[in-house]
Amino acid sequence: MHILEENIRAAGAAGRTALIPFVTAGFPSRERFWDILRELDESGADVMEIGVPFSDPVADGPVVEEASQRVLAEGVSLGALLEGLKARRGLFRAGLVLMGYTNPFLQYGWERLAAEAAAAGVHGFIVPDLPWDEAADIRALLAAHALALIPLVGPNTPKERMQLYADVSEGYVYVVSVMGTTGERDHLPAEVPEVLSRVREVFRLPVALGFGLRSPEQLAALPDAVRPDAAVFGSALLRHLDRGGSPADFLRRWRS
Amino acid sequence: MPPLMELEEAMASILPSQEFQRELHGLLHDYAGRETPLTFCPALSEELGFELWLKREDLLHTGAHKINNTLGQALLARHMGKTALIAETGAGQHGVATAAAAARLGMKCTVFMGAEDMERQSANVRRMRLMGADVVAVESGSRTLKDAINAALRAWISLQGSTHYCFGTAAGPYPFPDLVREFQSVIGREARAQMLEKTGALPDAVVAAVGGGSNAIGMFSPFVPDASVRLFGVEAGGTGEAGCLHSAAVNLGRPGVLHGEYTMLLQDENGQILPSGSISAGLDYPGVGPEHAHLAATGRVEYGIAYDHEALSAFQKLCRMEGILPALESSHALAFVLEHRQRFAPGSRVLVNLSGRGDKDMDIVEKALGLQAV
Repeated sequence: MHILEENIRAAGAAGRTALIPFVTAGFPSRERFWDILRELDESGADVMEIGVPFSDPVADGPVVEEASQRVLAEGVSLGALLEGLKARRGLFRAGLVLMGYTNPFLQYGWERLAAEAAAAGVHGFIVPDLPWDEAADIRALLAAHALALIPLVGPNTPKERMQLYADVSEGYVYVVSVMGTTGERDHLPAEVPEVLSRVREVFRLPVALGFGLRSPEQLAALPDAVRPDAAVFGSALLRHLDRGGSPADFLRRWRS
Repeated sequence: MPPLMELEEAMASILPSQEFQRELHGLLHDYAGRETPLTFCPALSEELGFELWLKREDLLHTGAHKINNTLGQALLARHMGKTALIAETGAGQHGVATAAAAARLGMKCTVFMGAEDMERQSANVRRMRLMGADVVAVESGSRTLKDAINAALRAWISLQGSTHYCFGTAAGPYPFPDLVREFQSVIGREARAQMLEKTGALPDAVVAAVGGGSNAIGMFSPFVPDASVRLFGVEAGGTGEAGCLHSAAVNLGRPGVLHGEYTMLLQDENGQILPSGSISAGLDYPGVGPEHAHLAATGRVEYGIAYDHEALSAFQKLCRMEGILPALESSHALAFVLEHRQRFAPGSRVLVNLSGRGDKDMDIVEKALGLQAV
């Protein structure tokens, strides 16, 4: 079993929804970022998604986009992130996933990236602008270093296509709750239970729900049978951190 | 991915049908003003020592070749059961052409435009609004075309059920580059037949400006199999000073991925997309259609550069010597011919795609030349 799956299953065995916070690398400042990562880890994060900034993040809403622009202006880079992670290897209990766009990874070189990410203690990647049809070689390169390529499925992903993803994927499956970009919504769309149940029929992997989560109550409102194994939250956390809020305070609400 | 797959299927099933082709031909002929003339330039030809011919896309409805594509995509979208169009626009020409097509076909239209471009091209914003389009100011990133594309892609993810994304250039995710070439290659097909009819031979060279590359791919693609015809794409070099902003992705960029396409891009060493620049807003894009990157790699098309001041000088020359006011985009193609005249043999026939008219550029040209507005 892939370590990311193990971490999420362990939360489930303890009777709770696994927590997957997302933070843009270098946010809200280069120094504070590393403390935040440690505090998230100590406060019960099961997996941490680190956003690799890109100038043109088309899958992201305004909060993540602005965070990306800010850290790019401060000179945050993929190479520096990997170095920082490598220096802290073994300090984190949570699994580590890098979420970013194709071009910065491609320019770094996928092979070099896979080797250095594994050496830095990273367990997987999410690449929203890498279509499944183009991903086979990259998935193999990553797998050679035990790195998972996390599949994203949305309300409009046909079941046959989900099956293609399910046949080759590891770690967890990331269900995008909305037809849209990242960012909080007051209510999850009405079709989310149906989408989750379709995902459950196809995938044996743990199911993480993200895009649009703002509060634990949104999950509580879902029927038990389709409740996700993990919840991903990014924009709400970034806004909390930017206001000077602590990671522990944010996660406490989700842990209860 | 699902809306792209839906579009790919629609292209295969709807485009070849006689009904679709008949309707499209009707719109292009009776509404947009095709076929456009092929114009010989006697005064410039005499100065240059070779024949200069212009394909007059500037005479089309809404003022540029963009309408060929928007009528095609709007009609396709209506056959697909879509009721609304969204589009990005840089200079506003594609936005105006999309607004016109939507109004003509009874569809809703929303155009995303960089806030900075809205200031630079306010007349086109007013034209779009008069034709019933909503124009949304994009404040993120560099507030120009690439950010307008980001905003339109984001909106499309949410609206895909009812809405077609009417992409403006031969770039973006597959199948858009093929779809746009399909609708724009009417330019090259007509021009090829007109050259044969008027001169009895194919041109020796064909020249077109390249931003995203839709007018150029439309002009080139029917000539690609004609080995005797040299093809020149002209990119915008900006002011030409060392380190200046430019839009010459083929000449000065590196391969990368943006907006779902693998192509030549202006980017830094970390793969972040760099801002582009040109006096011509329509060429101001940090990438280029992937087919141009391919045609450059195979050597079938040569890609040159024209700078702002060369385009301005070509603009003035065509106005004074031939009485034609070209768009600054098309002025780049013309400028390349004027600046590199020694590359064209005496007596040869050179065909330039005059992709649009320059009325929209009056303020920019007058400001750049230090002229008083009249």
